[in-house]
Amino acid sequence: MKMIIAIIRPERLEAVEDALGEVLDEGDNYRITIDMVEGLGRQEGEVEIFRGQKVKLRNVQKTRITLCVNDAYVEKTIAAIQKGARTEPTGAVGDGKIFVLPLEEVVRIRTGERGGSAI
Amino acid sequence: MIDSGSTAWMLTSSALVLLMVPGLALFYGGMVRRKNVLTTMMMSFVAMAVIGVQWVLIGYALAFGKSALGGFVGWDWSLFALQDIEPTKLYADKAIPELVFVMFQGKFAIITPALISGAVAERMKFRSYVTFTLVWVTLVYCPLAHWVWASDGWLFERGVLDFAGGTVVHIAAGVSALVLAKLMGPRRDFARGAALLPNNLVLTLTGAGLLWFGWFGFNAGSSVAVESPVAGSIAGLAFTTTQSAAAAAGLTWMLVERWHHGKVTSLGLASGIVAGLVAVTPAAGHIKPWAALVLGTAASVVCYAAVQLKNRLGYDDSLDAFGVHGVGGILGALMTGLFCFTPVKGLFAGGDASQFGKQALGVAVAIVFAGGGTFVIATVLQRVMGLRTTDQEERDGLDIHVHGERGYHFDQT
Repeated sequence: MKMIIAIIRPERLEAVEDALGEVLDEGDNYRITIDMVEGLGRQEGEVEIFRGQKVKLRNVQKTRITLCVNDAYVEKTIAAIQKGARTEPTGAVGDGKIFVLPLEEVVRIRTGERGGSAI
Repeated sequence: MIDSGSTAWMLTSSALVLLMVPGLALFYGGMVRRKNVLTTMMMSFVAMAVIGVQWVLIGYALAFGKSALGGFVGWDWSLFALQDIEPTKLYADKAIPELVFVMFQGKFAIITPALISGAVAERMKFRSYVTFTLVWVTLVYCPLAHWVWASDGWLFERGVLDFAGGTVVHIAAGVSALVLAKLMGPRRDFARGAALLPNNLVLTLTGAGLLWFGWFGFNAGSSVAVESPVAGSIAGLAFTTTQSAAAAAGLTWMLVERWHHGKVTSLGLASGIVAGLVAVTPAAGHIKPWAALVLGTAASVVCYAAVQLKNRLGYDDSLDAFGVHGVGGILGALMTGLFCFTPVKGLFAGGDASQFGKQALGVAVAIVFAGGGTFVIATVLQRVMGLRTTDQEERDGLDIHVHGERGYHFDQT
């Protein structure tokens, strides 16, 4: 089992969700958690104007999605996120990153079920 | 005999001017950081409570009683707590009840100290602020209002024109704001050059809209002072010039900003509107609509420059109370002397420069008196109770420390 965390552009969320739906939906909804985050990477912060003064923000607004999948779905999930999140045609600085982490255990709170079938 | 039309309009105007206070609270409240939104809005709201009581007890008597102390201020025991004003009593030679006039003028006394709060936002102790507004309205606003607006006030007798409060309200508040900002020093984050961004410009735009709406009462209601016995034609003139100046100023600020930074900002449009409204306040019932367009345009250019200058000079007038109200008020009061055509003719209306001289006198007196008065009051308060919150309170935000509340709990169900 893996936990997949991706930082993407907020405006690409819908495209990523569509792409994930194509590979992960098997008669049931796939599971995803979405947060609004901000952070600093290679992409530069936005410039705002406040009463005639330019103010450069340090951080950029991003969306973070978290999914947990069984090993067989890892590559499909990565490919779907990349497909949905990339600025076509060549990609651009700020498109984001995908992190894949080993996942120790999953427990479904309602039933106490554990492991891959609880995902 | 009571004139029903004038009385109805003055009652409406009084309510409109009061609506400017929540409008100002929204205008200022949106511009500060999230952690200070409540304390900033409270600084406007609290004036409705504190000065609302002060005005009934002594404020009206001080401003509009017979001249006392050699003309320094008015006083009349029969006006104390409004005790001897019968509901049927009319005000002077007007056809409206005196109580209506008392309430109308009271709203001006309420909003004026609230304007000052923009300069001290995000760092002034609430207790000191409330004390300051009470003392300031009593010792600075009431005497100044008496000099300019009471029929036996010395500036009134010299022919200084201040239709709706460019001198008494905006110059007095703006200059006092500058003095307070200098005395208190900059916010700690301003001093280290951090970005201080507004928490919610949607509030600010809503506030600017309410200010524009309320300003029709502020200016067109002030025709009560110059029209006797009933208000009407001058009210219509003031209404028209108010609309014209605000529109021209909003448009100009947009163009100036487009030229300076390539973008038209919402805060810029809101600031321009307010600058135009401030500048036309002393002139509203004295100038023609075309002159109001000129005045509004000039107001945005000059106030925009003044706001930029703040960053060069390094004083922290948090929300530009001086840059917009002080500078806009001075410009408007002076230009009134050039463009006025009724009841006297200014330089550009076939008259001579003498009215401009009188206006300059009014401006100078307001700057010196309000600035000096604020300096004395604030210095004393600094000794007695301190003006600034602690470093820790400023860092965490005043809302949670001073009021024990937070403005937003968006993340909780």
